[in-house]
Amino acid sequence: MAEANEILLQAKGLTKVFSTGRKGQVVHAVSQVDLTIYRGETLALVGESGCGKSTLGRTLIRMLPATAGQVLFCGQDITAMNDKQFRPLRRRLQMVFQDPYASLDPRMKVRDIIAEPLDTYRVCPSRDETTRRVLELMQAVGIPAEFLNRYPHQFSGGQRQRIGIARAIALQPDLIVCDEPVSALDVSVQSQVLNLLKDLQQQFGLTYLFIGHDLSVINFIADRVCVMFLGTVCEISPKEELYARPLHPYTSFLLDAIPKADPHQRDRHRQVLAGEVPSPLDLPSGCCFRTRCPYATDRCAAERPALRPVGDRLVACHRAEELQLGG
Amino acid sequence: MENEQNVLEIRGLRSYFFTEKGTVPAVDGIDLDIPRGKIVGLVGESGCGKSMTAKSIMGLLRAPGRIAGGSVLFEGRDLARLSDRELRRICGRDISMVFQEPMTSLNPVLKVGRQVRETLLVHDRSLNKQEARRQVIEMFAKVGIPEPERRYDCYPHELSGGLRQRVMIAMAMVCRPKLLIADEPTTALDVTIEAQILRLMRQLRDETGMSVLIITHNLGVVAELCDLVYVMYAGRIVEQAETFDLFDHTAHPYTRGLLASIPRIGANPDRLHTIPGVVPNLLHLPKGCAFCNRCELADEACRTASPELVEVGPRHKARCLRCQKGGNA
Repeated sequence: MAEANEILLQAKGLTKVFSTGRKGQVVHAVSQVDLTIYRGETLALVGESGCGKSTLGRTLIRMLPATAGQVLFCGQDITAMNDKQFRPLRRRLQMVFQDPYASLDPRMKVRDIIAEPLDTYRVCPSRDETTRRVLELMQAVGIPAEFLNRYPHQFSGGQRQRIGIARAIALQPDLIVCDEPVSALDVSVQSQVLNLLKDLQQQFGLTYLFIGHDLSVINFIADRVCVMFLGTVCEISPKEELYARPLHPYTSFLLDAIPKADPHQRDRHRQVLAGEVPSPLDLPSGCCFRTRCPYATDRCAAERPALRPVGDRLVACHRAEELQLGG
Repeated sequence: MENEQNVLEIRGLRSYFFTEKGTVPAVDGIDLDIPRGKIVGLVGESGCGKSMTAKSIMGLLRAPGRIAGGSVLFEGRDLARLSDRELRRICGRDISMVFQEPMTSLNPVLKVGRQVRETLLVHDRSLNKQEARRQVIEMFAKVGIPEPERRYDCYPHELSGGLRQRVMIAMAMVCRPKLLIADEPTTALDVTIEAQILRLMRQLRDETGMSVLIITHNLGVVAELCDLVYVMYAGRIVEQAETFDLFDHTAHPYTRGLLASIPRIGANPDRLHTIPGVVPNLLHLPKGCAFCNRCELADEACRTASPELVEVGPRHKARCLRCQKGGNA
């Protein structure tokens, strides 16, 4: 973390509920999440599909309205604002999307894609000035200047993701939510984009909320990691501690499940998580992980574990202290 | 067949797309052996031709793509020269395939049990429906589908991604194939489900002695599961070896670049290794070695002469001029 623990964004009891269309039936995509993001850090949100990590990311920057709870951005409650009040803050909260093919308008030139946020907020006094700024941004993300008037289909996936990143940093935001920005890319290109994100963070003092499912990617990019399961937070820990000694059983299973690119480790003792993720329409009582957890007790069924501090870490498990879990 | 130990031998396979802009050599002369009872990995990045190779084996190429040359020998018969009708009798029964996307590969309006049963009935006319149903439920249980009797009457949308992929595997396994081809079988799945599926595939191989060809971009999957590995780049095999050998004595600069690009837990570098540039356009391949524009070791010779696949160790080959001059590049 770059600066001394200045809180940039804070969620309190944040809940997002979707109605399914059937009467009375709702999906708890995000329930009762408390989360703090410090200026200059990269906080990673990790979990399996359907755990609510993307919904949480979008709700935090008000791309989706929250059902309950608060989000404080630089001390101001953005969930209580109306659109007009929020507008000056919107430019400080940006997003990079997962799919580099769907997130760029195929009929716009690169110049216009990157210039759009600049024009929206009337940042530059003239068209020439805007183009100059676009060229600066293209240089920052490694797109050659001669591609200014090309269309998205003329670029590879990795280059498109660079364009999406240029658009996100155009307004010099405080926070960028990166929603699986490298999941659609090949390994060799993935590492280029990850390096770029790190470089830009140093250069512009950016704060990232990095949403991902690949714990080895997250190990490279994150300072702290927040593990989610079925809309709730399991554990929030500094990266080194999380990988060395996970506190929540689910974290330990996730770490164990990653295929290791080393055949000498293939016969290691592996715990394979049995069963499937429960339906978010019909959550188990108490701890929502208990139906797959080999350590579950009666208490886990009766009482939902709150996110509580253990040392300098946060964990939502009744048995966090007694379990000795492997990384 | 050159070797009786092999269930499949591909020799000089060329699969081209004939487009308006020119001929795209998606698969450009590859040799590949699948020994009986072994799990073989075919690994590479998007567009390298790995899925095209699988489709060529199964006769699934569609215009403007077609096999332009070479042979695919399965038990002494050249699949590339069989009629569609003859091919259909082998594919689905002796050779079967699992696709990447379990949602789009199943028919959404038919119950999953019936879809799997259909495969059985098509290939074995002597079976009656009750017996086929019994065998399907048995196979569901074998691939780890809980409550197989009840799942038989489920529609695909009622199942999770992991269960759908198990149904696909059951469908591929139900005729007891000699060769299973799996195209990115776990790419669409979460890691905990991926671990379950990889374990299942190895277990099925151990029990039935079938051979498996796994097509993947994930070197982690290769390391966990495969006995032998072929690395593909721009339509050609650039390195082949036994899995341990490939990871311990990596010969080709491309393979080495791929392995170094993977972020690893435990190592905490400030920057990741990258392979500069992008995969070349197959319509405009560089002269000489296809990898020369991205290779740190490339010299003048690499830009003029196209390297051959040569022996660099026991059962270990690489397509690199640097390797030919002796030892690893």
